[in-house]
Formats: sequence, C-alpha cells, structure tokens
Amino acid sequence: MRLIQQAWTVAAKDLRSELRTKESLNAAGGFALVILVLFSFVTDPGETETLYALSGGLLWLVFAFAGVLILNRSFAREQANDCLDALIASPLSPAALILGKSAASFVLLLIVELPCLPIFGGLYGLSQWSSHWLGLVGVVLLGTWGMTVIGAVFSALTVNLRLRELMLPMLVYPLLIPVLMSAMRLSTVFISGKDLEADDAIWLRLMIAFDIIFTALALALAEDVLVS
Amino acid sequence: MASRSNPAVSVAKVCKYFGDFPALHGLEFDVAAGSCLALLGRNGAGKTTLLRILAGLSEPTEGKVTLLGFGARDHEARKRTGLIGHGIAIYDELSAAENLRLFARIYGVESAEKSVQEWLERTWLHRVQNSPVREFSRGMRQRLAVARAFLHRPELLLLDEPFTSLDDKAIALLQSLLRDALARGTTVVMSTHQLREAMELATHVALLHRGKLAHSGERPPEMLTDPGFLYRTYGEA
Amino acid sequence: MRDKLLYAAGAAATVILIANLHKILLGIPDEMDQGAIYRILYFHVPSWFTCFAAFFVAGLASVMYSVKRDLRYDVLAVSAVEVGVAFTLVGLATGSIWARIIWGIWWTWDPRLTWALITCVLYAGYLMMRQMIDDASARARFAAVLGTFSFASVAITYKAIDWWRTQHPGPVLPIRAGGGKMDPEMWHAILWNWTAFMLLASVMVAVRISQETRLREVEALRRRAHAI
Repeated sequence: MRLIQQAWTVAAKDLRSELRTKESLNAAGGFALVILVLFSFVTDPGETETLYALSGGLLWLVFAFAGVLILNRSFAREQANDCLDALIASPLSPAALILGKSAASFVLLLIVELPCLPIFGGLYGLSQWSSHWLGLVGVVLLGTWGMTVIGAVFSALTVNLRLRELMLPMLVYPLLIPVLMSAMRLSTVFISGKDLEADDAIWLRLMIAFDIIFTALALALAEDVLVS
Repeated sequence: MASRSNPAVSVAKVCKYFGDFPALHGLEFDVAAGSCLALLGRNGAGKTTLLRILAGLSEPTEGKVTLLGFGARDHEARKRTGLIGHGIAIYDELSAAENLRLFARIYGVESAEKSVQEWLERTWLHRVQNSPVREFSRGMRQRLAVARAFLHRPELLLLDEPFTSLDDKAIALLQSLLRDALARGTTVVMSTHQLREAMELATHVALLHRGKLAHSGERPPEMLTDPGFLYRTYGEA
Repeated sequence: MRDKLLYAAGAAATVILIANLHKILLGIPDEMDQGAIYRILYFHVPSWFTCFAAFFVAGLASVMYSVKRDLRYDVLAVSAVEVGVAFTLVGLATGSIWARIIWGIWWTWDPRLTWALITCVLYAGYLMMRQMIDDASARARFAAVLGTFSFASVAITYKAIDWWRTQHPGPVLPIRAGGGKMDPEMWHAILWNWTAFMLLASVMVAVRISQETRLREVEALRRRAHAI
C-alpha cells in the first residue's frame, strides 16, 4: 500500500512539473503531428484499403517515437539540481520511484496518443474503428504501459550516460518488440472495424504477459538501477 | 567515538570498490548521538563516497552501516535522516511551498502544512512561497534547500560540503540551525573543506586518507585557531 | 593448469571439426532436394544452438550479478554476450548463403530471421552501453539490468515467433516435437559439430574473461595512479 501511495506522490509531482512547463508534451505532441502528416507520402491517402492494413503499424511507430521523447525527460528532469539523489536518500522505495515515474510518463504519453487516434482517422478518412474505439483504447493502454514501465527503468539507466538521447531508443526499441508487435496487430484489427478472432487473442495475451513480466522485473531491479 | 553504547552512526568494516579500485577500505568508527563529526580529507580521499553510503545513495561492497539502529537503506533510517548534498535538490518548476509540501509528504511529516509554513518563515521565504523557484535568486534557493533538509526534523543530518556553495546569509542561517539541532540532540556528519565554518560546530573529527581512516577522535582545541593542525599531524603520513 | 585446459579444449574442438568436415564433405551423400548446399546446415544449426547457449549463460550471469554483486558474474556475462553475438553472425551469414541458393534471396522478413536480427541489435546495444560507462561497478550494475531485460525480451520474442507464419524450415532434430525427419547419421554430424562449437565458444569465453579481468585491474591501477 505504501508503494502505491509513494508512487502516486512521485507521479503527481512529475505531472505537476510537466503540465506547468509542457516541455516534453509539446515536443512529443508536435513530433507526433508532423509524423502523422508525413504518412500522407507513405501511400496515396485515397487508398483506404492499404491505409487500413498499415494503420496499426504507423500509429505505433508514432507512439514509440513520441514515447521516447517523453521518457528521455522523465529522469532528466531530476538531473538539474541533483534532485534524484534527494529522492533516493528519502524514504521513497526505489520501486515506488520507478513505478511513479512510469505512471507519470504513462499519463503524459496517453495525452499525446489519444488525440492522435481521431486525428489519424480524420486525416486519412478511416472511420470504421468508431464502432471499436473501446477495444482500441484498451490496446493503447496496455501497449503504452509496457512502453513506459521499461522506459522508466532505462530512462534512469541512461540519464547519466554520454549520448543519452541516442542510447535510450537504442536500448528500448528492441526490448519493446513483443509489445509493439502485439499492439500493431491488434490496433490494425480494431481500426479496420473487425472483431477479435481466435488468432488475435494470442496477441492480447502476449501483451498482457509482457506488461506483467516487465512490471515485475522493473520493480525487482529498481534498487539495482537507482542505488549504486 | 564517544559513548559506544548507543551510537547514532555505526560504520563496521566498510569497504567500497569501484571496479577493483578501493575507494574506502576497512572503515570502522561510531558517531555518538548528539555529536557533530567533521569528515576531513583531500579530494579523492573518500569523503563523498562515505557520505553517499550514509545517505543510502550507495551500498558498501563489504561491511555494514547502521544509522540510529537501522540498516542504512531501511525505511526508518531514511525517514529520520536529512541530507544536503552537492546539488540543492529542489524543483525549479514548483513553488517554494510546493517543494516543501512534496518532501513533507515523502517524509510523512505530521501536520505538514504547519511545518512547511514554519520552515518558510525560518528561511525568510514565506513572502515568496507561491512563486516558482525558477525566479528565485541563488541565495533564496540555497535557503530553500536548507529548509528542505530540516523540514522533517531529522535525527541525523548528513552534509556534503555544505558551506562551499552558500552565500554569507545562508551560511549564517545554516550554522544557527545546526547549532539549534545539535542542542536538541541531533547528530551531524559533515564533510568539509571550509574548516573555519565547520570547526566551531564540530565536536569530533575524522580524517580520511586514500580511503582509510587516518585519524578519528574529539576535535583538538588547537583546530579552532589553527584549522590545518590535523592535516599536519596525521594528514600526509 | 587453466591455460593447459584451454589448449586441450581448443585442440579437441579442432580435431572434432576436421574429422567432421571429412565426414560431411566425403562421407555423407548430397541431400535429395537441395544438393550440396544443404551441408551448410551442419554449421548453421550448431552455431544457433551455441548462440542460444551463450545468451542463456549471459542472462543467468546477469541475474546472478544482481543477486551477488560479484564482478566475476559481470565478466562472464559480457564474455558470453560477445561470443553469442559472434555465433549469431555466423548463423546469419550461413543462413543467408543457404537462402540465396535455395530461396533465391539473401534475406527475407521471416519472423525467425527477424528474431535473429533483433537479438543481434539488442546485444550490440548491450555492448555499446558498456562502452559508455567508465566505472566498472556501475557498468556491471547497469549491464546486469540490461542483460536481464534483454534475455526476458529475447525469450518472449522467440516464443512469439512460433505464432507467426514462418517460412523457415521446421525443427530437424528428433529431440524437438515435429522433428525427426532426418537421417541419424546426419543429425549425429550436427551434434558433433555442436560439441566442437561449444568447446570453441567455451575457450573464447574463457579467454575473454581473463582479458576483461585484466582490463579491470588496469583501470583500477590507473585510478590509483591518478589518486596519488
């Protein structure tokens, strides 16, 4: 219980700071918008058939790029005045710190992602998902959590490295492949306005298992990540 | 050092290696409750490494550190310890009051709002408590950092070079707060180069030399007038 | 003693490989459908098995470092990763040559190939991150976290591959379900080659371990020299 409470304190602090400066939100949101527009050159915007087939993959590429921008800031925010030391030296448990950071990034990333869905649909005339928006949001939630929980750990690991901005995506993207794979598949299904079939259920299970395994690993290794 | 019965800090056979390089080697000493220990030594002697271990930022490779009867990373030990490190450790985007409220919540301070207001007043920041710290002058930020460290009434205070980056007003404030805290029975461990400021407060001194304890004991009276006394006697032996 | 053991293992690997080469090239006839090129299988399959073994050891050593904080595990982990990456490259190269002859293409985005590439990139990132950290203890701590995450992700990704439609030939050895279509003489040759590869890999790991240990000693001496 203390874990959740402490994590909430950290997350609330991060969200308050970020909503005040909007540094990473603006960066990630603007970036996502630019990429969404660039997609018009991937294929002729009129070819809705192709667009439906590509939709999940395209969206999750946007989310993955935007996510790294937000995650990079997550621990970098603590760096300016050596705040991280003060947090580690405090009664906060390292697991709570990682969990809180992850939760804050999760919310921030959702703030960027959710508007992307109607914008993407609107720009390219994809409207069949409106009947399956709940499933789509569910996939976004699950996929985003997988991204931010791993991202929080690696944001902490890379915060003091040379070439931090490069190293984070280098390390995180290959790790995220199972969850991105599942999210892309399932998103494509929902955006195309189809129901989940038996074959797709395995991707849902994969995504849930991935989230659980890596949340557990992140909490278990939090002390190794933060205490030298 | 003084009474062995109930030390506030107990360092037992502590070694810290960075790779194969021994930054601390076989440290063994106690700090009696209510005393003020000044950690002395040249750059690279291991002062910061030792303080980081006491602050729970780092774990010893070998040996054990006990703070107020708890392991250094225990929740209880962390809750009762205050730290002023190299950075000021406050958030620029938040206001002074929000910064203190955050740490009050983290430390589980009872009647948090009252303590926050009290410490804002004691550091002369209550008039500007709702302005973001970004707009503060250097001195104001330093005073806020001091308030943050004292907010939860720590029983053990760890200070890493506390006087180096402070302006005169903040030094005077910190010194008077430390004097009050010591009078209340708080234990203080500080590493410092600023011998003149530190020696007035220190009851004990420990000298680190290349990761080993070269000397420890009560502060010799000579050091009040001649801060370099210890270095000459034990330092480069 | 240690050196002699290493020489003996190396010599044994050489003898086995030469004897095997003789048998593979002259003793065993061409395969019915594929002709002579199928013989690359005798090197392709064992190098994959060796790379699995190496990454498994690396994952285990990473976990052990987090638990025991003993730098010997870190050294084992990095050595195993390096040797694993080397054998992954052998596997990719031999597979590519085979695919060019049989499928007519050097590369295809078959999930199993994709997996191999992901694994390669992931562990290359691991080796890259190690370069960025100067202090051996911090390096070991971070590498252990990354090693654990990598192994978990690689294992999940590998499992996920079974769920994709695959163009890759199925399991050939009788020990795997669905395998056993192969002549005993042929899979004996594969097993013997694997033995040789494993011996070779062990020698390489052992050499890398002593190099890494020396390197750490040199780093410590240099630091000590700076301190004076």
